[in-house]
Amino acid sequence: MSDPMGFLLWTRGPMFVAAVSVFALGMALRLLEIFVLGRAPNYAEPRAGEWGPGLRTVLTRSLADSGTFRHAPFNVLVGWIWHIGFLIALLLFIPHIELIKSVLGLHWPGLRNPAVDAATVITVVALIAVLVHRLGHPVMQRISTLDDYLAWTVTFLPLVTGYIAYHRLVNPYPLALGMHILTAEIFLIVLPFTKLTHIFTAFIARWYNGAIFGRKGVES
Amino acid sequence: MAQPKTLGDSLRERGVSRRGFLKFCAATTSMMALPPTMVPTVAAALAKARRPSVIWLSFQECTGCTESLTRSFSPTVEDLIFDVISLDYHHTLQAASGEAAEKARSEAIRTNYGNYLVVVDGSLPGPDANPGFSTSAGVPNLQILNETVAGAKAVVCVGTCAAFGGLPAAAPNPTGAIPVHEVVKDKPLINISGCPPVPMVITGVLAQFLTFGKPPDLDQYNRPLAFFGQSIHDRCYRRPFYDKGLFAESFDDEGARKGWCLYRLGCKGPMTYNACATMKWNGGTSWPVEAGHGCLGCAEPSFWDAGSFYKALSVPTVPVGRTLAAAGAAGAAIGAAAAALARHRQRLASTEREPVRVEELEQKQ
Repeated sequence: MSDPMGFLLWTRGPMFVAAVSVFALGMALRLLEIFVLGRAPNYAEPRAGEWGPGLRTVLTRSLADSGTFRHAPFNVLVGWIWHIGFLIALLLFIPHIELIKSVLGLHWPGLRNPAVDAATVITVVALIAVLVHRLGHPVMQRISTLDDYLAWTVTFLPLVTGYIAYHRLVNPYPLALGMHILTAEIFLIVLPFTKLTHIFTAFIARWYNGAIFGRKGVES
Repeated sequence: MAQPKTLGDSLRERGVSRRGFLKFCAATTSMMALPPTMVPTVAAALAKARRPSVIWLSFQECTGCTESLTRSFSPTVEDLIFDVISLDYHHTLQAASGEAAEKARSEAIRTNYGNYLVVVDGSLPGPDANPGFSTSAGVPNLQILNETVAGAKAVVCVGTCAAFGGLPAAAPNPTGAIPVHEVVKDKPLINISGCPPVPMVITGVLAQFLTFGKPPDLDQYNRPLAFFGQSIHDRCYRRPFYDKGLFAESFDDEGARKGWCLYRLGCKGPMTYNACATMKWNGGTSWPVEAGHGCLGCAEPSFWDAGSFYKALSVPTVPVGRTLAAAGAAGAAIGAAAAALARHRQRLASTEREPVRVEELEQKQ
């Protein structure tokens, strides 16, 4: 990997295997740990079902209530924008779909490149705004930890390097593409061990909250 | 010894008109990415250039590079350029054989010491490999290369095998094949990669050398920037389809018939730097992507080991399914063990707890 092509092949070969291995191992570990731990048995007679309220809560907790929006419109709006933009760039870019198809066998229609490109630019700008907000807001400053900045960095880098590679802003191209793949691999490695795990656990936690309230006959 | 003829004299003898010669000079100037004002300078320099002695060494190769050159469009002035260099040694093309052939090489080295060009096609077994894997007249490739390069003015590596190791060096590299640049460290070296290279790139580089007496500007792989400065993708006529996100998904679908981008069918154009898209093949007739097949990336190092020719560039070069499943299973086992340990601690805490009443605590105080 002493030259750009060697570097690209390293990121597409051994490093990719290492990254997905750490990711699969870490995520299975985290999720199993949560599921198997279990909860204390609840002997009370259920007042209502669990699944319906659980699923409803997944939806209601994903949409900010009006009070939260009034108090923190920036967090809600920009948060939504960059999350959607990130998902578009990740899941609807044709080369990414080809990658997922080759690894998992799953595939779906993609968006045209200019649409993904626009989503990427919006996401990058939104992520920069999020960081400026975090650094400038006194409360956010105080509650931010290293984990927050690490999560921001590993999320931001694949987007920027992807934009650079797509527009071929760095020469030679194998170096640009290799940088993009490497930053995505770092994202995968870091994901199970930081707050980025919420990609998988957020909806489980929301369902669980809703299910508990549902069982007790309480609206959530 | 009589002074060798100039290129101008040789071309005139062969009936090449002044107009034809200038046309070639204009094309060469353009290929070398020089401004049009340089055409007269190139013409004057080329006309006065003496036939340089060229020793062509063929090592672990398939002769495709020579085929590419000799079976190219002919007769053209480019072919004549090759006729008018003094090709003193070339296994495939020379009439002499056996000892006479080897004598021709020794003679060319002795007579033109310090001034001849060495062209190499093919990789060679490295210093640590069995030298018997590839020999000429019983002499190992490495020894021939070292002997021949010692008095060379410059070395031109033709084809990906000579430039980067190519097919012989592909995993598991049974003959310990290495590219020429790993042996030649102290001479100007130009790599003209490609499997095979575009014929006009070979003649163009030699014309550049004849004109200026020095190698052209090179990229980090010692390839002439004039020909390898831009990627296939950047100059591809299907590029607008990539930009619009219109891709052929099989070699015979509607997209393929409409000439859409071949990225999903494994085209390596985005990572490949070569002149195919602009110079094309067979006298400018067509080139692989125009014929409906993706670029294989043959001008790049390790292209044989860079994954399937028919998988997109974004796809990993190695299968990951089993590794992924094994890692997931290992993670699940560790996670289950961690959870079991936590449950055990919970149970232990509940059995070993010592209930205490408020009254007892108050009494203790």
